[in-house]
Amino acid sequence: MKILTTNYISCAVKACKSTSLSFPLHFQDAVLVQEEVDFKPEFITNILPRIEWEALKITAVELGFTTLPAQKPEATEEAPLDPQVLKDLHTLLLETQVTEGKLVCANCKHVYNIHQGIANFLLPNHLALPLIMITNF
Amino acid sequence: MSRPEDTLPPDLFYNDVESHKYTTSSRIQSIQSSMTQRALQLLALNSPSMILDIGCGSGLSGEHLTSSGHIWVGMDISASMLAIALDRDAEGDLLLADMGQGVPFRPGTFDAAISISAIQWLCNADSSDVSASGRLSRFFDGLYSSLKRGGKAVLQFYPKNETQRTMITSAAIRSGFGAGLLEDDPDTKNKKLYLVLTVGAGRDEVVGDAVAGRDVTEVVKGLEGVDVIDERRKGGKSGKGKELKGSKSWILRKKEQNRNKGKSVKADSKYTGRKRRVAF
Ligand SMILES: C[S@@+](CC[C@H](N)C(=O)[O-])C[C@H]1O[C@@H](n2cnc3c(N)ncnc32)[C@H](O)[C@@H]1O
Ligand SMILES: [Zn+2]
Repeated sequence: MKILTTNYISCAVKACKSTSLSFPLHFQDAVLVQEEVDFKPEFITNILPRIEWEALKITAVELGFTTLPAQKPEATEEAPLDPQVLKDLHTLLLETQVTEGKLVCANCKHVYNIHQGIANFLLPNHLALPLIMITNF
Repeated sequence: MSRPEDTLPPDLFYNDVESHKYTTSSRIQSIQSSMTQRALQLLALNSPSMILDIGCGSGLSGEHLTSSGHIWVGMDISASMLAIALDRDAEGDLLLADMGQGVPFRPGTFDAAISISAIQWLCNADSSDVSASGRLSRFFDGLYSSLKRGGKAVLQFYPKNETQRTMITSAAIRSGFGAGLLEDDPDTKNKKLYLVLTVGAGRDEVVGDAVAGRDVTEVVKGLEGVDVIDERRKGGKSGKGKELKGSKSWILRKKEQNRNKGKSVKADSKYTGRKRRVAF
């Protein structure tokens, strides 16, 4: 699972939808690999506005990367982003992948296991649904 | 030929044997490929994008997203299908997840979403005890929220009948999407149905005269066989606002509401909402 994806994913438990504690999910026992992905600067420029930088910093530290800039790099009219910055982001967001480990919700403590890069987000129904739908059955 | 949706829940139907058969069939490969290309054409993305593939299976649809330069995340309920995707070195990230439980992403994240031959599964009973309409609304609510404003989704699906077709499209509109249906090769046994959804310029937001359905009109304009589901259309039965009191969809919705309140409600049947003959 790419670091980018962990910046997108949030806890699936219904009761966690309304709290900011449920994002980002926190890594435990993560095993990392580097895998080459075609570098497309336009892709990074496209998604950068939708990256949650504070969450990305938390994730990066949990995975042992401590060199992330304190502020999200932003392009302006006069100053487009430095190609090296885009390349570094590409390496971190797309090429750094978690193959084994756990993602844990800080709010409900639910553990999502990652095995062979696949995260298991299947929930028992009582966690996935609003209470009202369960009490019917 | 019986529909797989009518035989087993998806995670049981797509077991190791079936997933292998599915993925290695050259007939299926070519059909899934052309439908994915069609979906990409309808999305009309103009830069490399982050795409969600719902019911991604073994990655037959996803590999076209990769070759078009996009990055994707796939979700699927079948561990066997995902295992084959791994074997085939799918470039996308894979999530074992049930779309009927929602779409577990932070709001406003994806540029676009596709789904090829999967969402009709939501109409069927499965191993959970939850109603089809409950699962449909959790899915479309989650999808709506996970897309960025101005984002689009193209969902190719195989409804069993008119009821399923309406059930799916009206669930999408209820979640706030602007929606259009596109049918390729109508009236043939190869007909293909695409639900084209847009986020933004939704029901609550009227920008100029851009209301729900309008940007969909732009998308599918000029293509043959397009039926834009415009909530403003007179007498339209698909939009929530225009749903006719006493219509089948109205009855099903009321029944669902009552069911949710814990009242006992007659089971839905193919007769639900039909005019009854006058009894003497
Ligand atoms: C016909 S396959 C299509 C796979 C892929 N999109 C393709 O084009 O080859 C349908 C897929 O939908 C998945 N599916 C069915 N119900 C699902 C659900 N509730 N949540 C996630 N995936 C589901 C099945 O497991 C299966 O992999
Ligand atoms: Zn949680």
